[in-house]
Amino acid sequence: MTNYKKKLKQRHFKSNLFMVILMIVILLSFLVLGTLLLEIFFRGYKTLTWTFITSMPSGRASRAGILPALIGSFGVIGLTALIAIPIGVGTAIYLTEYADKRSSFFKILQLNISNLAGVPAIVYGILGLAVFAQLFKLGPSLIVGAFTLSLLILPVIVVASIEAIKAVPNSIREGSYALGVTRWKTITGVILPMATPGIMTGSILALSRAMGEAAPLIMVGAVGFVTFLPSNLLDRYSALPLIVFNWTSRPQAAFAEIAASGILVMLILLILTNLTAIIIRNKTQVRVD
Amino acid sequence: MTKKKYVFQEKLIEIVLIVFASISIFTTIGIVLSLMFETVIFFSEVSIIEFFTSIRWSPVFDPPSFGVLPLITGTLLIAILSSFVSLPLGLGSAIFLSEFASTKTRKIIKPIIELLAGIPSIVYGFFALTFITPLIRTVLPDTDIFNALSASIAVGIMTLPMVASLSEDAMMAVPNSIRQGAYALGSTRLEVAIHVIVPAAFSGIASSFVLAISRAIGETMIVAIAAGQTPSMSLNPLGSIQTMTGFMVNMALGDIQQGSIEFKTVFAVGAVLFVITLIMNIFAKYVIAKNREVY
Repeated sequence: MTNYKKKLKQRHFKSNLFMVILMIVILLSFLVLGTLLLEIFFRGYKTLTWTFITSMPSGRASRAGILPALIGSFGVIGLTALIAIPIGVGTAIYLTEYADKRSSFFKILQLNISNLAGVPAIVYGILGLAVFAQLFKLGPSLIVGAFTLSLLILPVIVVASIEAIKAVPNSIREGSYALGVTRWKTITGVILPMATPGIMTGSILALSRAMGEAAPLIMVGAVGFVTFLPSNLLDRYSALPLIVFNWTSRPQAAFAEIAASGILVMLILLILTNLTAIIIRNKTQVRVD
Repeated sequence: MTKKKYVFQEKLIEIVLIVFASISIFTTIGIVLSLMFETVIFFSEVSIIEFFTSIRWSPVFDPPSFGVLPLITGTLLIAILSSFVSLPLGLGSAIFLSEFASTKTRKIIKPIIELLAGIPSIVYGFFALTFITPLIRTVLPDTDIFNALSASIAVGIMTLPMVASLSEDAMMAVPNSIRQGAYALGSTRLEVAIHVIVPAAFSGIASSFVLAISRAIGETMIVAIAAGQTPSMSLNPLGSIQTMTGFMVNMALGDIQQGSIEFKTVFAVGAVLFVITLIMNIFAKYVIAKNREVY
């Protein structure tokens, strides 16, 4: 009996020890996150000035700014939203409301979307380079960047929209049909309004991911060092992750500092977009039973 | 009359939606065709045997050499080293969240871990170069400025949330009755977690591992910034290497003539990368489908 008690004590000790180790693992990730944010903040906050935000890049770190990259990022992400959200939501509507779930077209679509989600971002860059930049002869332009990023985030938007649409109870859908409302009117009048918060949250998160992507844009010929603002869809452009990459690749310490400032601008934008997504989700969540 | 109009409108909308849905299929076809087209031309000029067996990669030197093995070695090195960070830490976090944490604690911890996945890879690249590398070099002064270890640690941190979140999903899906049964027999939390939950969720955990490694293989900006530009067969984590993705970015940044043989290497390497990640992703799904415990 005492032997059993001794063993039991040991077993509980082991279990608690394991829990402590797991807590250390969790704390370790927190520590890394904290270190990363602090490191970037303390490196970059001194050079993060209004002049930095409103100046052109320059060969001298003290005079360099991010204006073309900031405007370029807004431009390319805005266009990406205009392209990817309608197509993504349309695909989700088709898959949930129209497609015959037993048809091979439906199965191929589903398999295809889940496979696309695992394709590395840089491969989308190759696609953009071969098809949009070379085949369509659009060159390294703003619209090519937007097309490429749109295809990259399309699977994310489709999956999030499908989840949001599926969450709308069937009774509501059938109620609308029972009143003689057509399929499309049911979708636009009943289903989409209820699914919008979920769709918006998913889309905003996908767009904020696109904003941090550098590799696909580099593949389609975008560069960090641009000293003019894009004025039309076929103009060359820069983007925040590209100018950060350009500065990070330079050996001088002064450029590391302004690279950190550029990252700070990027992180602030990411936090703002993510907060918006959370607020939308919390404010507009409709509870249906 | 109006009914006819509605029927027509409904049909038209359905067609538009089918066109939208087809775009994702055309994306896949586009990826495969654009990789294949240039790769086939590449192999008409470079021997496929040289590509897969030569251990020298120097496409822009004279005479050029097109052995992709050094790039694959570099990529594997990053994949393996990063998994030493992402797999144990990710699985540990998942076990804690699913089996030890209260609902309240989980609600606080989970978003913070997921934040790690939301940080752009360029930021990790900067962090690796300006923080992790100097740290390694104070302990091991012989380390190159650009090295595989620093990049791997950053890639590992970035892919950790993927392991944590997919493994946790798999463990949460194990029915509570099984958990309660084990507790009723007098098991401790550790025993339940290790002997009951982890084996039951094994397929989900394994597939999260495969997906995280596949993500590490496709990761670009961290390795482009911190791992170096030296294609090499060396497995030394403290030396400068080059991965497939690192090479592709490097070529795209340079002023290589479009259509030249050097330029086509980007497509050939991209094709290898695409095939490797595709096989891993399909394998991950296969593991889940085949070994799923049915309750």
